[in-house]
Amino acid sequence: MLAFILRRLFQSLLVMLAVALIAFTMFRFVGDPVNQLVSLDTPAAQVAEIRRSLGLDDPVVVQFLRYIYNAARLEFGVSYQFRLPVISLLGERAPATLELAFMSALFSLAVGIPMGVYTALRRDSWLAKIFQAVSLVGISLPTFLIGILLIYLFSVTLGWLPSFGRGDVVKIGSWWTTGLLTGSGWKALILPSITLGLFQMTLIMRLVRAEMLEVLRTDYIKFARARGLKTRAVHFGHALKNTLVPVITIAGLQLGSIIAFAIITETVFQWPGMGLLFLKAVQQIDIPIMAAYLMLISFLFVSINLIVDLLYAAVDPRLRATIGAH
Amino acid sequence: MSFRSTCLAAAAVLALMCGAAQAQTLRYANQGELKSLDPYTVNETTTNAHLGHPYEGLTARGKDLKIEPALAEKWEISPDGLKWRLYLRKGVKFQGGEDFTADDVIFSSERVRAPGSNFTTRVPTDSKFVKVDDYTVDVILTSPNPILNAQWDTWYIMSKKWAEANNAVAPTPAAATTPSFASLNANGTGPFKIESHQPGVKTVFKRNENYWKPIESNLKEIIFTPISSDATRVAALLSGEVDVIEPVPVQDIQRVNASGNAQVLTGPELRTIYLGMDQIRDELLESNVKGKNPFKDIRVRQAFYQAIDIETIKSRVMRGLSTPSALMIAPELFSHAGFTRPKFDVEASKKLLAEAGYPSGFEVGMDCPNDRYVNDGQICQAIVGMLARVGVKINLNAQPKGQYFAKVLKSGGYKTSFFLLGWTPGTFDSHNVLNDIIGCRDNPNSSRGETNLGGYCSKAVDALTDKILVESDTAKRNEMIKEAYKISTDEIGYIPLHQQALAWGVSKKVKLAQRADNSVLFYYATKE
Repeated sequence: MLAFILRRLFQSLLVMLAVALIAFTMFRFVGDPVNQLVSLDTPAAQVAEIRRSLGLDDPVVVQFLRYIYNAARLEFGVSYQFRLPVISLLGERAPATLELAFMSALFSLAVGIPMGVYTALRRDSWLAKIFQAVSLVGISLPTFLIGILLIYLFSVTLGWLPSFGRGDVVKIGSWWTTGLLTGSGWKALILPSITLGLFQMTLIMRLVRAEMLEVLRTDYIKFARARGLKTRAVHFGHALKNTLVPVITIAGLQLGSIIAFAIITETVFQWPGMGLLFLKAVQQIDIPIMAAYLMLISFLFVSINLIVDLLYAAVDPRLRATIGAH
Repeated sequence: MSFRSTCLAAAAVLALMCGAAQAQTLRYANQGELKSLDPYTVNETTTNAHLGHPYEGLTARGKDLKIEPALAEKWEISPDGLKWRLYLRKGVKFQGGEDFTADDVIFSSERVRAPGSNFTTRVPTDSKFVKVDDYTVDVILTSPNPILNAQWDTWYIMSKKWAEANNAVAPTPAAATTPSFASLNANGTGPFKIESHQPGVKTVFKRNENYWKPIESNLKEIIFTPISSDATRVAALLSGEVDVIEPVPVQDIQRVNASGNAQVLTGPELRTIYLGMDQIRDELLESNVKGKNPFKDIRVRQAFYQAIDIETIKSRVMRGLSTPSALMIAPELFSHAGFTRPKFDVEASKKLLAEAGYPSGFEVGMDCPNDRYVNDGQICQAIVGMLARVGVKINLNAQPKGQYFAKVLKSGGYKTSFFLLGWTPGTFDSHNVLNDIIGCRDNPNSSRGETNLGGYCSKAVDALTDKILVESDTAKRNEMIKEAYKISTDEIGYIPLHQQALAWGVSKKVKLAQRADNSVLFYYATKE
């Protein structure tokens, strides 16, 4: 088992190195960061001096190795645009992104599961058909469009919810900020959470529906009915419980995507999270932020996958046997 | 405090008057972020305008952009033009409580020229600032400079004591390894002070009750948030969550005006959008014409000029919000009298191309930014269509500004054959245009012509430019500037297109003066 974990850890490290290398190769094509730092009428000699001081004159390999060396010591450099350490910028923005991701995951589960159950049990009812249609919209409409539509409906036309930002936030501890303790913070969370969670919600709804239909056909459900159990107990006690195993797996894996793909939602709602920071960094060619964000996201995916692998091994004895045989 | 007690006293007597002067909070959203508070780090209009609230220069510019006294009450220039004596305002305090004196001016003059500053051009490198007494400073120049104080309105004066106490004596350079105190805190003499600043998220300004003169605005507080998405920014204005936005995308102007609770302030901006052509290489980098450079032939340049239907660009692409220009500078900064654009004429253009030896046109690449100026990408597409009518096939390369500037600027080796660019002279003066974008770039040791991407060169213009720099007689100087523009316009060094328009979205509750340099300044704002 230990050998397995070590091997997986080593592979994870390789993946992260590969991500860093690909990112660094891409940075050569995003443009010249120095032109974003200075005005157009800055003397060329001064521009050259800045480029030299940032180490941008060095070959990519040297820049890459220097970056890896610093990253290994958890030094991610200073943002070109803000002149602040990238670590503190990402740390400042992380609570916003995590809170949004958590709320939209919660929304997708809390709404997706009941909708999936309903559409499976009352397949021919008109409400189930509406749910199916809504889920099609959720899967096919791009996130930014949903966001803008929601803003126009709930902010501009009805004036119920704010169109941008996080509302008032409360500081907890030295760096965490939360919008969950203020009314304006809750209001501000609603639209972005729905926008970000809509795709996951439809995914979960469809998954629950398909699994539920599958389970309802199995023998033990027939047996349960034959025993004269109440329909309610059969549906929720037996069928739904067995449906949830794959749902939990998918939802867990999707949490990574929610965090990583919050970029669009955060931009539409000017949500002060890491995704918005990253997108602005791409526009401004702020290489330290881009590099650190990409590393962070790859770390997130690598660790989620690692945990899932380990959990599988823990859950499934057959898998454990193969691991041991290696 | 004094304001509040005055208000309370007034309330007892005249409740109505106090109501009218009631302190207000204004919310403002801009497309761009406020990154660093260090006033010598990023030389960019939006940042300079933000920092113009906590900070001030020795001079200021009024609503009409005229130079006014600010921290310097007055100044005298010696007859030979080599010495400027500045008389500083007395009794001014920084927001941190320090007295403003000559030491702060001398300190700021050194800091602004130190490595890492992006404002080194504000003060000539070889000039000396000498303290005469606590409120008098002499500036000793090596050559006369009639526009010495032209950019001092955005050379913000910092407190020496404050900078020394907080380890912020050096400007925050791009390659800073430790965060600088000055990039997160501000201490100026301006009408508003910074209450809190979260970079890229939110900045709160509070009224400076100890300001040295009455503040025109009735605002108590300004809350600034960047909103980068155009649709969201407009929605926030329409829903009343913010009071002022900049910019309003041209396609949304009608909708904002029709909304009833907000309107768009439009006006001419000082930036000139123009086309440039590579006239320096013997063979164009991106063209099917080999062995020669068609742009070296003035007939080709004129043919391009006459093929462009600027009125169509104005009405279709800019939705009426542009001012076609015959000069490389805005009419607010130098009179356009005596200059007109050559007539739009497809036949004449075809004829000129045929005379130059290209009866069936030729092919050339064009570089264009698509996120830098108002509808820049669409302007280029329109030009591609217009030139196609005279037989010139343009291969358009429209890209984000990051890639665009990396390719076309000096640092990228001027790798362009035909391009679109915009320019606002930082000094608001023609010398900057004649030196930076019209001047020859043939001398590698001089900074002249560094942004002359097409490499147009006229020694006669350069000679005039040198004289313009030191000429103190305004009438004579203007005559020379006109002559220099005449030469470069006759030789079609560039094809000026237009000055784009400003578009600020303002709630009907807010009154705000619009300055043509696109500085959104809230000490001119009042809110009901």
